[in-house]
Amino acid sequence: MSGTDNFEAVVQERRTEAVAEFHEDKTLIKRFQHALHTTPALVPMIVLIASIVLFGLLIGNRFFSAGTLTLILQQVQLVGIVAAAQTLVIMTAGIDLSVGAITVLCSVIMGQFAFRYGIPVPIAILCGLALGTALGTLNGWLVAVMKLPPFIVTLGTWQIILASNFLYSANETIRSQEIEAQAPLLQFFANTFKIGADENGRGGATFTYGVIFMILLVVVLAYALRQTAWGRHVYAVGDDPDAAQLSGVNVRGTLISVYALSGLICAFAGWALIGRIGSVSPTSGAELNIQSITAVVIGGISLFGGRGSIVGALFGALIVGVFSLGLRLLGADAQWTFFFIGVLIIVAVAVDQWIRKVAA
Amino acid sequence: MKTLLAGSALALITMSGAAVAQEGTAACLITKTDTNPFFVKMKEGAEAKAAELGITLSSYAGKVDGDHESQVQAIETCIASGASGILIAASDTAAIVDSVQAARDAGLLVIALDTPLDPIDAADATFATDNFQAGLLIGQWAAATLGDAAADARIAMLDLSVAQPSVDVLRDQGFLTGFGIDTGDVNVIGDEEDPRIVGNDITSGNEEGGRRAMENLLAVNPDINVVYTINEPAAAGAYEALKAVGREADVLIVSVDGGCPGVQNVADGVIGATSQQYPLQMAALGIEAIAQYAADGTLPQPTEGKDFFDTGVTLITDAPVEGVESITSEEGKALCWG
Repeated sequence: MSGTDNFEAVVQERRTEAVAEFHEDKTLIKRFQHALHTTPALVPMIVLIASIVLFGLLIGNRFFSAGTLTLILQQVQLVGIVAAAQTLVIMTAGIDLSVGAITVLCSVIMGQFAFRYGIPVPIAILCGLALGTALGTLNGWLVAVMKLPPFIVTLGTWQIILASNFLYSANETIRSQEIEAQAPLLQFFANTFKIGADENGRGGATFTYGVIFMILLVVVLAYALRQTAWGRHVYAVGDDPDAAQLSGVNVRGTLISVYALSGLICAFAGWALIGRIGSVSPTSGAELNIQSITAVVIGGISLFGGRGSIVGALFGALIVGVFSLGLRLLGADAQWTFFFIGVLIIVAVAVDQWIRKVAA
Repeated sequence: MKTLLAGSALALITMSGAAVAQEGTAACLITKTDTNPFFVKMKEGAEAKAAELGITLSSYAGKVDGDHESQVQAIETCIASGASGILIAASDTAAIVDSVQAARDAGLLVIALDTPLDPIDAADATFATDNFQAGLLIGQWAAATLGDAAADARIAMLDLSVAQPSVDVLRDQGFLTGFGIDTGDVNVIGDEEDPRIVGNDITSGNEEGGRRAMENLLAVNPDINVVYTINEPAAAGAYEALKAVGREADVLIVSVDGGCPGVQNVADGVIGATSQQYPLQMAALGIEAIAQYAADGTLPQPTEGKDFFDTGVTLITDAPVEGVESITSEEGKALCWG
């Protein structure tokens, strides 16, 4: 490196000059605020740990045991899976009100295809997954191509899908015992493995395949959002679709892919729903849309799009789970759970606004 | 084939004969939803009876449970259509009262099905299940099945919702009364002080809620051995939670409803006993009452000692106990709905 080719050295020399810069007071609070801004999942993580410690102190070993803590994971698995789908959509500054309806309809399709028409179970499950993807794609097409607002689109498809669910199923339940005997694959996500259980298989940490699936899903999506071009495009589209378009991002394609993937994840949630409740029931899971939005908001994901992380949504779901079970163990009226979840939502949004005041 | 045709023709003639007697009589059936098997069965019962008596029946339903607006519209349509009577399973029992009064003022007979109005005398009559009795039966059965062990039972109460609608309260308090537990205020769930009650939780009346509520209460006390459930889907969910911890064999689950999947669960030993109600009967009796009213203005009378007409409730179990009348799951299947 010598002679006329010494470009690098020139550049380095130039950089030594002092340039104009902002001199902000780096107080502790400012640093904290900045840390929160760069790592949006930090707030829900702190709240989650604090609430586990709080209930652990108040209740003691009955709460702070491997059995109880893994029970919370089991109780939030459906909300956690659906919240992952919801996060993707909200990341694009959209919202998906139809997630719960897609989940239920897909579980009904898987069950009824296997039992009503005698289709082999793996194919019935594939039909359910395909339907979920198709319904998600429909949402995405209406949003991206027809340029309809996501809230309105999914408000419509939510009702359409839920009504189809009741019309198709005639509100008939397929019982757990029949599924176990004839189509155990439908209950795949109910399989468990235990760590530290006693000789009767009681106590200890219990993980269902549904819980494992939820965690794997979050890990894979977190990787995809951070490390792949597609993931960066999702953030870009959510932050500013016009700028994204001008930078060469296929906005339409990205939006449709997000809604389609959301539908597919909901279909998996439908499969997990069968594992969770044992039976195929058209009346279950209808509230998943509100529950998933709650988890996403408490998880610190901005409803204005472009900011937040999928891990935050999982923490959000877990916080709700910890409060629900913790308050029950304290013997509080079930009404208090809803009360505190409401408080958490407001606090989460207030914190989000405060963090936004930091320059990026 | 010919005899069959002749037979049908004969049946048609007799039917049209009945129709002449009731010429022009029309009735309306308004249910909560068209999706719940309970109301589907109710509609079937009304349609069959109306066809038999030659009454023109129009059916209406809310879009979802709790859809009050659609029911008000349905009542207005019925009044305008000149029907003789309305059978209604109200979604909002207090708010519907004004519309019901308007129908009665217009000379229609209004009968509340399944759900009493608030106040109950806002309707001309109420044909319903005695939900307190339904709870009482399963409470008595559970206590008798446990025998001496009932004195130190550990009971989980899986209720419907935080709003404590009347059906929720009646079944819950009926069960406790039947089991021999002091209910405190019989109009309120959860004010009992008996240490045998581990806790109350809500299920929304479905499998998912049933499972979650059972898990929550098992976390409070893992030794629960009696589970009361508001209905059979909640019971099925509770069973899944018990199965997950390997306790399904040593817990008694009792429930209310009598839907076909629930009765099958009694046969399979998932549910120990359930109280069966009869939506088809409610609707059929309702149509008969309207026919009677249209013919000579007779108003239906409530069951003696009650402020409504009791359409009956039967305990279904395959492990009958002395002192509590019951039928087997096999007999129950012939009567089930959904």
